[in-house]
Amino acid sequence: MTTYEGSILTIQTPEGVTFRLPLASPVTRMLACCLDLLISGGIAAMITQFLAPLAPISMDYYAAITALIYFAVNLLYSMVTEIVWRGQTPGKRILKLRVVDSQGLRLDASQLIIRNLLRPADMLPVFYLLGGMVSIYQRFGQRLGDIAAGTVVIRVLDHKQPSLDNVFGAKFNSLAEHGHLAARLRQKVTPHLASLTLEALLRRDALEPQARLELFGELAGYFKSQVPFPPEAVEQLADEQYVRNVAEILFRR
Amino acid sequence: MIIDLARFVQVGRPHWESLEQMLTRLENDPQQRMPVTESIRFHSLYQRAAADLARMEPFASDSDLRSYLENLVSRAYGEMQERTSRGRLRPWHWLAVTLPVTFRRRVTAFQLAVLLTLAGCAFGALAVSMDKEAKAVVLPFAHLQGTPAERVAQEESGRSKELEGKKGNFAAQLMQNNIRVSITAMALGMTYGIGTIIVLFYNGVVLGAVAYDYISSGFSTFLFAWLLPHGATEIPAILLGGQAGLLIAHALIGWGSRDNRRERMRAVAPDIVTIISGAALLLVWAGIVESFFSQYHAPVLPYSVKIGFGMLELILLTLYLTFAGRGQE
Repeated sequence: MTTYEGSILTIQTPEGVTFRLPLASPVTRMLACCLDLLISGGIAAMITQFLAPLAPISMDYYAAITALIYFAVNLLYSMVTEIVWRGQTPGKRILKLRVVDSQGLRLDASQLIIRNLLRPADMLPVFYLLGGMVSIYQRFGQRLGDIAAGTVVIRVLDHKQPSLDNVFGAKFNSLAEHGHLAARLRQKVTPHLASLTLEALLRRDALEPQARLELFGELAGYFKSQVPFPPEAVEQLADEQYVRNVAEILFRR
Repeated sequence: MIIDLARFVQVGRPHWESLEQMLTRLENDPQQRMPVTESIRFHSLYQRAAADLARMEPFASDSDLRSYLENLVSRAYGEMQERTSRGRLRPWHWLAVTLPVTFRRRVTAFQLAVLLTLAGCAFGALAVSMDKEAKAVVLPFAHLQGTPAERVAQEESGRSKELEGKKGNFAAQLMQNNIRVSITAMALGMTYGIGTIIVLFYNGVVLGAVAYDYISSGFSTFLFAWLLPHGATEIPAILLGGQAGLLIAHALIGWGSRDNRRERMRAVAPDIVTIISGAALLLVWAGIVESFFSQYHAPVLPYSVKIGFGMLELILLTLYLTFAGRGQE
């Protein structure tokens, strides 16, 4: 089952597992298309330069080969690169985009050929105007070629190995000393708030200093209001450290 | 439920890494076939990662851990749920079996393309027969605007010499133009077939107008000798493009099918690719013939030879599309 929410394509497998794919915006796709035009033009120019010594032998055949090379590169560039790089052209690769099946299935070569062969329809009347308009109004941002091939273009995110070492570390946790209060805290905090707390800690380095202070101040204040710990346990504990200790209680048993 | 996240990562990481390694290997070599034991392990690692992802449900949707697992699960799901069997490309088998069999399986769309072109032919012939002025509108080619008698006299007086030293380039231009027309006829199937119908009908109009013009002036032999050598493959190739376009339109509209649009398009996609590739092959041949053969006229090349050559091509093409690959479907 496939659903759409904002710029996210959500796919539910028959086993009931849900995963989400972030869709590429039409502007990014257009930029990738411009890059590909430049690159394919460059490739065709390089090949014809390589064949330049043929010109004195027969200007006619040199002109014919040059014209055919430009035509073939223009026609086949996206098809071949997307098949070889599993849904990516050099332009898409640079801008971290990828063509995938709209149901999350393995991409088939015929899908990639179709989506590229249908470019003439998308290019009507000039420079992808029809395809662009369709993709803006289409739920999954698909141009006509994508609709026919059952494909979507997604953003490729960098996936780091998950690590919690920099969140919990090996520091002494003064709150954990009070087992009964820690248990009450676990009971009172909802899973959603717990996950928000963890996210805040994982992303703390990306926050502005002032925003960071305010966020952890608010979180710490909320946790303190829910389960007050004895003063000796929270003495000289900064708000951020307080929240780290709370997260450790919630996520490490 | 709040899980012991640190332990969860610690226990899950080795399995996730194994799955990631297998996925990378599969993605680097799509033709690779896994032994059964490895496939079972792959499936079990997928199930484990999917279960771990399900346990991450309460977490913020954009957490690193969740997106890492989503990435693993989506890639593994794609590998496991592939739609078609992976086969190595076999050009000879494709030519001898796949293309003609596919053509016959979808022959109704081809017949419709022929009908539309014939309707266009009739319209073009009728328009020119009723109004001589219509020729200027219907035929947008300067060299066809004069009378057939003038053209025949010009060609037979040695126009072919004009192409000396330009044949290669001329062939290249013809191939590009015709392949573009065929692909456009196919691509316009996405306009629910309206664009394809217009392209086929208009091609028919031009053909009908030219044919009527030459036949009514008594130059039917010249006409057939001029058109048949390359037209015997060029016209069927454009009809194949139209066939592919009409298949797309049919899949879009979905008459008589309970499948949704995506399923219908998916079912027809490999056939469209096969048919349009066949059309491109025919057009390469047509371009060569048009440039190096069709442009020579009597007395350089007797009309009987040209007509005979064209007929032979047409018969061979018909036999190929009708009988090749029978029994191997």
